[in-house]
Amino acid sequence: MSVNAEPRAVTGDTGPGAQQPADLVVPLGRQLAVLAVRYGMFVALLIWIVVMSFSTEHFFSSTNLLNVARQAAPIIIIGVGMTFVMATAGIDLSVGAVVALISCLAASWLALGLSVWIVVPLLLLVGAVLGGINGLAVWAGIPAFIVTLAALVSVRGLAFVYSDGYAVPVTDEAFIWLGRGSILGINTPFVLATVVALVGWFLLNRTRFGLHTLAVGGREEAARVMGLRIGVIKLAVYAITGALAALGGIVVTARLANGSPNAGMSMELDVIAAVVLGGTSLFGGSATIVGTVVGALFINFIRNGLNLMNVDPYWVQVVTGIVLVLAVLLNSVVNRRVVQWARRGAEGRR
Amino acid sequence: MTQAGTMPAAAAAAATDRPTQPALVEMQDISKAFGAVRALTHVNLTIAPAEVLGLVGDNAAGKSTLMKILAGAIQPDSGRILVRGRPVSFSGPIAARDAGIEMIYQDFALVPELTVTQNIFLGRELTGPALGVLRRKAMAERARKLFAELGLRVPSVSASVRELSGGQQQAVAIARATGFDAKLVIMDEPTANLGAPAIAKVRETIARLKAQGVAVIVISHRLEDIFSVGDRFVVMKHGRVVGTRAVSDTDNDEIVQMIVSGSDPRGDRTAAE
Repeated sequence: MSVNAEPRAVTGDTGPGAQQPADLVVPLGRQLAVLAVRYGMFVALLIWIVVMSFSTEHFFSSTNLLNVARQAAPIIIIGVGMTFVMATAGIDLSVGAVVALISCLAASWLALGLSVWIVVPLLLLVGAVLGGINGLAVWAGIPAFIVTLAALVSVRGLAFVYSDGYAVPVTDEAFIWLGRGSILGINTPFVLATVVALVGWFLLNRTRFGLHTLAVGGREEAARVMGLRIGVIKLAVYAITGALAALGGIVVTARLANGSPNAGMSMELDVIAAVVLGGTSLFGGSATIVGTVVGALFINFIRNGLNLMNVDPYWVQVVTGIVLVLAVLLNSVVNRRVVQWARRGAEGRR
Repeated sequence: MTQAGTMPAAAAAAATDRPTQPALVEMQDISKAFGAVRALTHVNLTIAPAEVLGLVGDNAAGKSTLMKILAGAIQPDSGRILVRGRPVSFSGPIAARDAGIEMIYQDFALVPELTVTQNIFLGRELTGPALGVLRRKAMAERARKLFAELGLRVPSVSASVRELSGGQQQAVAIARATGFDAKLVIMDEPTANLGAPAIAKVRETIARLKAQGVAVIVISHRLEDIFSVGDRFVVMKHGRVVGTRAVSDTDNDEIVQMIVSGSDPRGDRTAAE
């Protein structure tokens, strides 16, 4: 997967010579094709769920569906932050490492007898500070890919240094509830993920901050001359992602009742895959929280379905990778081609 | 609007280069260096309400830098800016826009992924009482009214700018710059790469702004634009003002000579120093 961390230049057709009629009527067939490609992931998820429900016995049971939702929860939580980062045309490779460090810190602080009410806010703060450091470096002009790759390596290293490589069990009941408990029959991790996604959706789509995030990623130079505070926005999206990575780390640690420097290994790839599957552009400017939630669920439903069909777990990895490439193809090349084709249809009809 | 009645007087004042009423904007003794490159050296520039000023000169003459300073996009090393006689300090583009100074950039400075409305309100969104929550309906409503008033056409204010043609994108940029009680609109090469109908539209816009009492500074390589709608030329070279001429008092050859030679053939009218 190639990831372009640089803000991209002008996209779209901005040639001032190109004149277009004001009222284009796109033929219905082509409209449907555009919609099918745009919402391809949603359609694919539905088809997958239907097929799996008929072909395996245990797939469509509330126990299994809730179980998949719980597995997807940390990916959704961190994915919401990653959606903001990618909206600015950035990337954060360090989230899995943050999960590991948070996991070790959580277990060790709880072992000291500190209350959950102190430990959890502190952990979120640590995550926000780690993310904020990434954000400052990106603000300073270092490519996000390099900044967060460095953070991935060194924060994971910190987790091993702090824990000396040992996993520490967690016994605090209140903390474990965050990973294993439930609210009104829904497991706590998925409830947390839902709350995070709702807040994230509101922030992205209904507030000035969300709009400016998209503007910075869409075209940084335009955002600059319009007076947007680009540095502050970048700092904020990385800090938010750091804090959400901490929350994801808390959930993972609570579910396993174990603080380990190996937690969250290559989780950044799952998160990025979920965001990209959902339809958020790698190049910034357009982003979707709903897509990220669907992407995270899709990845986990694929794994779950294949597991239930007794497919070799190694093949599950292969299939997941292929699905990711197909989805990116759909979101970028196919989407662009189909939109252009639909427009040509409209012009041809004029 | 309040200047509309005095418009001919203002134009006449500008033509004699001796304003009888307080200047709208004065840039005094502006200098700016980028590293070792001195982009601007002790530049003075004055513009009256409802005046259309053509800022001309070769590449690297400092026109764009001077205008970006006026628009708040970059800060000068020294010198000061007065708006209606009062010194101002633009920490950024928002401050300049709040003072009524707008700039239309050559590339329009639009975000392709955002909608027409979002682009028009970018940086000064209407928000509710808390947390920067956007008042989306109110903004869409105002954007629609704005286009109707300006007689500019776009397919829909909720279309993303990426879907618009070049001419329509320029309409969005013009609407953004003129829709918020601007007192001075700066246009950077507004007619570059445009076809004849679009150029006519730009000239029409400039004339409309002037009629409303709005001052316009046009950076242009096309002198005929200034001769057709402008009041005054200011010629720059190597970061200095070479000279200034009323449109009625000069011709193409003299302006070209000033641009190329970097000196004022009439000597005594030099604005620099």
